[in-house]
Amino acid sequence: MVFHTRGISKTYRMGEVEVHALRGVDLDLFEGEFVVLLGPSGSGKSTLLNILGGLDVPTTGAVRYKDQNLSAADEALLTRYRREHVGFVFQFYNLIPSLTAQENVALVTEISSKPLPPEDALKLVDLGDRLDHFPAQLSGGEQQRVAIARAIAKRPDVLLCDEPTGALDLKTGVIVLEALARVNRELGTTTVVITHNVDIARMADRVIHLSDGQITAIEVNNDKKSAAELAW
Amino acid sequence: MTALDRKLWRDLWHLRGPIIAITLVIASGVSCFVMFMSTLDSLLLSRELYYRDHQFAEVYAPLKRAPESVRQRIDRIQGVDKVDTRVVAPLRIDIEGFDEPVNGLITSIPDSDQPLLNQLYLRRGRLIEPGRNDEVIIAEPFAEAHRLGPGDSLHVIIKGKRKKLRIVGIGGSPEHIHQLRPGGMFPDFERWGVLWMGRTALAHAYDMENAFNHVVATLLRDADEQNVIDQLDDMLKRYGGAGAFTREDQVSHRFLAQELAQLENLSGVFPIIFLGVAAFLLNVVVTRLVGAQREQIATLKAFGYTNWSVAWHYLQMIMLIVVAGAFIGVVAGAWLGNVLSGIYVNLFRLPFLHFELDPMRIVQSTLITTVAGMLGTLAAVHAALRLKPAEAMRPEVPAIYRRTLLEEMGLKRLLSVPSRMILRNISHKPVKSLMSILGIALACAILMTGRFQEDTISFMMDVHYALSQRDDIGVTFNEATSRTALAELRSIQGVEYGEASRAVLARLHHEHRSHRVHLQGFEQNAVIKRLVNADLRPVSLPSDGIVLNEYLATKILGVQVGNLLTVEVLEGSQRVREVPVVALIRQDLGVGAYMDLRALNRLMQEGDVISGAYLYVDDRYAKEVYEQLIDRPQVAATAIRIQEIRNFHRTMDETLLFWTSVATLFAVVIAVGVVYNSARITLAERSRELASMRVLGYTRGEISYILLGELALLTLVAVPLGLWFGRGLCAYIAQTLENELYRVPLVLEPDTYAFSALIILLAAAVSGLWVRRQLDRLDLIEVLKTKE
Repeated sequence: MVFHTRGISKTYRMGEVEVHALRGVDLDLFEGEFVVLLGPSGSGKSTLLNILGGLDVPTTGAVRYKDQNLSAADEALLTRYRREHVGFVFQFYNLIPSLTAQENVALVTEISSKPLPPEDALKLVDLGDRLDHFPAQLSGGEQQRVAIARAIAKRPDVLLCDEPTGALDLKTGVIVLEALARVNRELGTTTVVITHNVDIARMADRVIHLSDGQITAIEVNNDKKSAAELAW
Repeated sequence: MTALDRKLWRDLWHLRGPIIAITLVIASGVSCFVMFMSTLDSLLLSRELYYRDHQFAEVYAPLKRAPESVRQRIDRIQGVDKVDTRVVAPLRIDIEGFDEPVNGLITSIPDSDQPLLNQLYLRRGRLIEPGRNDEVIIAEPFAEAHRLGPGDSLHVIIKGKRKKLRIVGIGGSPEHIHQLRPGGMFPDFERWGVLWMGRTALAHAYDMENAFNHVVATLLRDADEQNVIDQLDDMLKRYGGAGAFTREDQVSHRFLAQELAQLENLSGVFPIIFLGVAAFLLNVVVTRLVGAQREQIATLKAFGYTNWSVAWHYLQMIMLIVVAGAFIGVVAGAWLGNVLSGIYVNLFRLPFLHFELDPMRIVQSTLITTVAGMLGTLAAVHAALRLKPAEAMRPEVPAIYRRTLLEEMGLKRLLSVPSRMILRNISHKPVKSLMSILGIALACAILMTGRFQEDTISFMMDVHYALSQRDDIGVTFNEATSRTALAELRSIQGVEYGEASRAVLARLHHEHRSHRVHLQGFEQNAVIKRLVNADLRPVSLPSDGIVLNEYLATKILGVQVGNLLTVEVLEGSQRVREVPVVALIRQDLGVGAYMDLRALNRLMQEGDVISGAYLYVDDRYAKEVYEQLIDRPQVAATAIRIQEIRNFHRTMDETLLFWTSVATLFAVVIAVGVVYNSARITLAERSRELASMRVLGYTRGEISYILLGELALLTLVAVPLGLWFGRGLCAYIAQTLENELYRVPLVLEPDTYAFSALIILLAAAVSGLWVRRQLDRLDLIEVLKTKE
């Protein structure tokens, strides 16, 4: 088992409003799984992902990553956890605008112990010929694939993706999803993808439905589709 | 190079506009610091070297005449190290082609050698050759003023006897660095000459064979100064001793010390202000620069970069800026320091400049800016790091904006939506807005200091010469004489009116304090020479008692009206009397003690005598009047007022011009640095908001209004504040500059306010336009596509 959460809740303040983002979530995730977190916006998907990724800690409840207790971890431990085990892909890519594709990947490989060469990571997402392009010179889909390359280059144990296709059109979205599936398949990385797009769920091993900060259903997908077969 | 290092260099390049602006601000601060400190250090060192290498004497004793044998007795006074006797004589100098009166002082040197003390610095030529009684060495500034050199000759009149002398050397002495005629306010190298001649020849001309009328000495390390002075006074009393004094009362040293002390005070004030402003700006800008990279910091953190490595990344950026700024500042400062030292060396007439840039000064200035930059960076980075990465990456929580006071007051209807945005933006981040206002205001204040000195000096000159010292020509006689001398002067064609004056060298004592001064007497109903009170109204001279100027009374002697002052006359009768202080007057230039002429003569017990005159002269006859004065043997010195004023302006103008240009340059750099950076960063922070407005159909001009309107509003608030700061700063400088030579009144002409405000507005306008151009070039629609 990779992740094990029990009764996690998260409350935070947005300006003058108190938001209950999660209300008692119990969840187990397994090695090599491709999991999709599905739910409308505001359902708590991102919060859950952030907690799994060590970007945030729950207000109450327990989170374990293998044998590490993340809910009680301090800042330094979380930093090390992220550095050693987690790869992130964000909806808006979060590339460093002043660095080229290759350098954006190097940003992560330089602080990892057993990384892929940045070039190989970029080849894995079919961007071997765009190494020296700056983010501003790449299309949205290309930028997102750089972000994926950046996330997988360190050979993370888990790959967490927050609406990776949210800002992309169908065609580019499919290319990005293919890249994710390929990484999951070839490197065996546990992959969690957040989306509110039901179609994407069809390529997952398991689909976890969230609504209003709670898990409403978990379905196992026995008929896994490839990204190319999806349509939305 | 790691990817993070690459990011560092690219960010530096990308932000080059603001970074150049900050670098220049730091460079200004550092260069100002280095300029002042190196100038001060260099001048102090140069003076010290001059004093040491030329055996500057520590004790001075003028007297009437004593046989050379007295010298051995002086030698035996406990605490005295080296003793030198000499002949010092006033003289008149005739220079061909120069028809105004020229006076001077001639000092003897050994017939074939350097004197033991106060040795000459020879710029050109040589010392006197033994056996030559017609050779003379003249002071460098005098030589320059009349284009004289070795080989030229001049005529002098010593004790009524005319003598032709050949110049063999051009030089100076540590006792005549600052050359002032007795009672003169400013050096006048054309009309006052300092000369040196062989002892035998001068003694012959001045009837001082085998005698001397001046003693100089140095003291042993542990000598009791006061004891030496008292013993000298006792010993020389029967030889007409006029009171021995130490270096502190030696005219040249005293003036130079005051000037240097003043420079030292300025060196304390300005660099601290400049460096302070630079540090402050650096802090503000860095805070906002780092704040703008909030999301990038969060992303780095998400990948597992530690807090320290993120902080280090930004600290490196700041250190590069600081080091670049400090480097430019040190180079520019050393260059400016060299120029400024040169100006001062010229002004103070030091024979050489030993330019010194103490590495400690470089370290100090770099350290101050580095620490300021680090603190700003760490605070900003800390603020970004404190956020959980997840939070930092989330779009910033819509900030809580409120309606501003103006809107609450019901002005809402009058304000367009963009105008309301401007007001809310400013009031939403009051600290940030206040910082920008403060920065601009400080620049405005610095601008005022440059012009202030000009204003106040003109004012001082006006007050002194138009209200108080109103004569065209001031005449000093060789010795006290009867009133017929005045009648004779008044009979010269062209002299419209004349008034008698008397000056007596005296030492004023009150409790443990004392001061050597020329006690001046003039007529009660005088119209040429007048005294003015604090409100610049004429005060009539009381028929008895002594009138002091405020500075002499309060700061030097510590007396008030009604106190008794002990007056120790240092010439003639040498009487000691108690005289009440009857009034205090305002006098911005010099220090003065005044008495009614009759009362002064009663004090001296010398009958109705005078020692000088103040004259009104018809311009058309000026030349003839000069000729007449030159021919009169009893006239020792002539002060032509218009020349005094010109001399003063000539010496001050160069310093002032330099200072005003430097202050203006620095202030403009600071103003542009603040406004441009505020605009640039505001643009970065607001680009999304402004882009949204463009999508809604606002034009480029309309969104520029929001950005530039905010800056304009901040600038408009900053300018009056800056003028107020400036006034305070000038008042502080005026206070700092106060010394025996002058008290600087706080005078600020409307022009100065207008100039400072205008320069700031211009700097703001140029910075605004610059940013406006960038705004026009930004593809704002693109900004919208990528996020939210």
